[in-house]
Amino acid sequence: MEFEYAPAPESRSVVDLKPSYGLFIGGEFVDGHGGAFKTISPATEEVLAEVAEADEADVDAAVKAARRAYDRVWSKLSGAERAKYLYRIARIIQERSRELAVAESLDNGKPIKESRDVDVPTVAAHFFYYAGWADKLEYAGLGTDPRPLGVAGQVIPWNFPLLMLAWKVAPALACGNTVVLKPAETTPLTALLFAEICQQADLPAGVVNIVTGAGATGQALVSHPGVDKVAFTGSTEVGKAIARAVAGTDKKVTLELGGKAANIVFDDAPIDQAVEGIVTGIFFNQGHVCCAGSRLLVQESIAEEVLARLKRRMSTLRVGDPLDKNTDIGAINSAEQLARIRELSAVGEAEGADRWSPPCELPDRGFWFPPTLFTDVTQAHRIAREEIFGPVLSVLTFRTPAEAVEKANNTPFGLSAGVWTEKGSRILHVASALRAGVVWANTFNKFDPTSPFGGYQESGYGREGGRHGLAAYLKGGEL
Amino acid sequence: MAAPRIDVRKTYKLYIGGAFPRSESGYSYTALDAKGRFVANAALASRKDARDAVVAARKAFGGWSGRTAYNRAQILYRVAEVLEDRRPQFALAVQQSEGLTPARANAVVDAAVDRLVWYAGWADKLTQVVGNANPVAGPFFNLSTPEPTGVVAVLAPQGSSLLGLVSVLAPVIVTGNTVVLVSSYARPLPAVNLAEVLATSDVPGGVVNILTGDAATVAPWLAAHLDVNAIDLAGVAGDTELATSLEVAAADNLKRVRRAPATEPDWAAAPDLTAMTDFVEIKTVWHPMGV
Repeated sequence: MEFEYAPAPESRSVVDLKPSYGLFIGGEFVDGHGGAFKTISPATEEVLAEVAEADEADVDAAVKAARRAYDRVWSKLSGAERAKYLYRIARIIQERSRELAVAESLDNGKPIKESRDVDVPTVAAHFFYYAGWADKLEYAGLGTDPRPLGVAGQVIPWNFPLLMLAWKVAPALACGNTVVLKPAETTPLTALLFAEICQQADLPAGVVNIVTGAGATGQALVSHPGVDKVAFTGSTEVGKAIARAVAGTDKKVTLELGGKAANIVFDDAPIDQAVEGIVTGIFFNQGHVCCAGSRLLVQESIAEEVLARLKRRMSTLRVGDPLDKNTDIGAINSAEQLARIRELSAVGEAEGADRWSPPCELPDRGFWFPPTLFTDVTQAHRIAREEIFGPVLSVLTFRTPAEAVEKANNTPFGLSAGVWTEKGSRILHVASALRAGVVWANTFNKFDPTSPFGGYQESGYGREGGRHGLAAYLKGGEL
Repeated sequence: MAAPRIDVRKTYKLYIGGAFPRSESGYSYTALDAKGRFVANAALASRKDARDAVVAARKAFGGWSGRTAYNRAQILYRVAEVLEDRRPQFALAVQQSEGLTPARANAVVDAAVDRLVWYAGWADKLTQVVGNANPVAGPFFNLSTPEPTGVVAVLAPQGSSLLGLVSVLAPVIVTGNTVVLVSSYARPLPAVNLAEVLATSDVPGGVVNILTGDAATVAPWLAAHLDVNAIDLAGVAGDTELATSLEVAAADNLKRVRRAPATEPDWAAAPDLTAMTDFVEIKTVWHPMGV
């Protein structure tokens, strides 16, 4: 039976974007010394706003503003007072939640049902969670005299723009640091709306500074000598460059980088739930997720059945307008990312894997890629080794639990993994053998402010979220 | 009157995979005592020795990290027992190497034994202190626990040849990591003796591998080795240029780096938990709750 859906678009009128945005330094929007760049909607290629590109002098001004705010105001406030500012921010995010969700979907291309039901609520929850820590740090088990580091330079990616901002800003401020944050070049808008939220909350000037720009701006920020702490989420390649750039300094660093997560389905798994988990694992947020379950490892005896059900489920996924409430898969974030997904998918075919996508009509304008499945994949194939960061799933099979673990761990990454089985002892054994920072058993892609997130090996170091996330922003933090 | 007996001297060798090989390179160097008198020809570890040691450490990782915490605690405590039992040998080695009085050298051995006992006790407690359950907003069981990071390269302090050595080694292996350790260059004797203690204390072969030689020549290979997960730069304290170049090399596979201090610290001071927590990974496991 074929279902037809009437369009159900979310209204754009809730977002009032300015034609151009400056840099947010010292509590005010200022003109940058560098040029400007346009941020577009990846679904329509329409220009949403013009944004300043911060140069080295702008970054320097932002770091100095953050230092002044740290020395004169923020480090002198009690934890209880810092907490109240963070609670205010959390409340304003809730009040402006629909506006933020629409702005996020416009700028990023993700479905409104995800920005509305996942991203923005989790952002508010993150500020609430860390607000409560600000006056309880001495109970965090991170030493008897926890102290802030100073100025944090934070660089975030385009896949969860506002959520990654929250992951960075909330713990930094709760621990008493001030921040300079650089949002991704293709998704600066919600960070700039967040700057307005800081103004509405009367957050002291300079505690949060936002410098927009591309790679050069980020590089200037992480290598600025006035920065005490570097926090980066993004590609493993850039993460390594940052690790080299901070070598020999006293800068504390946390890195959340790439992944190639295995999602392991055993023959006794609840198949329907597992298929939903596979779909959530790889197609959530167009697969633009560092912890995406991009390698499906399915036990040979049930592979045929799982694949048949997976293909049937994929055929019901709706690709299209991010602002439509029925949309499951939105737009690919940029032309550059689309080119990379296309290139690696072509390599997958060239190397002999079998490619399949459900019939699906893609819009004429904008950047789109259909949900895609590769079978006959071997561990040597690039699509089984490299992060594609798109809606592309590679399927491999295994016979024994030992083989599943060996294949799952056969990667330089180690961010996340999934296990599907009804057998409790097997879950605990496999979860313990997997070399990954987050293991989802009979679920996938769940996030919570109280739950630490971060990887092993080349997926980076340090944890964000939870009590462990505080350690990244405190002196003598014992984790 | 009988002629004085000629004593039988020991050949000082490397410790790799539970065996005591000479350096594959055939090179050795002269270890002198604090007054500059000849003590021994120590093996000069090469790049190949370092690589062999990494292979041995990787091979031992699954077994060691899979031991129960209680068992690792017992084995570390056993190391302390055997070290105490060999007190005269270690006191003499420290005295020779560091030029201390017999009383001071004995105090160093005391502290080294006590430090091992302290770390042994952490084996089955660290998880409780640095792990926790997370109250997520949904029907999920959610638990975070520390796990060993893998194979760790440890550059042991140049000055404190026994207490410093024990202070950088014990916290890494107690959590289940395996180690390739480069000893103090000028003062290798306590490290070689400690290898003999480890070999007779039920520490499985390959869990600790000890290379004597020059950190400046061996460490770059370890820092750049893609099957090493972390590196402790304690042994290059004060050498900013070398420490920086090692940290740069370590970035190739994003090794966890415990940076070198500006000067060698006072190892007699009470340690904090970072010597252990710098070499663990927090793993978080989710599972739905339901009927």
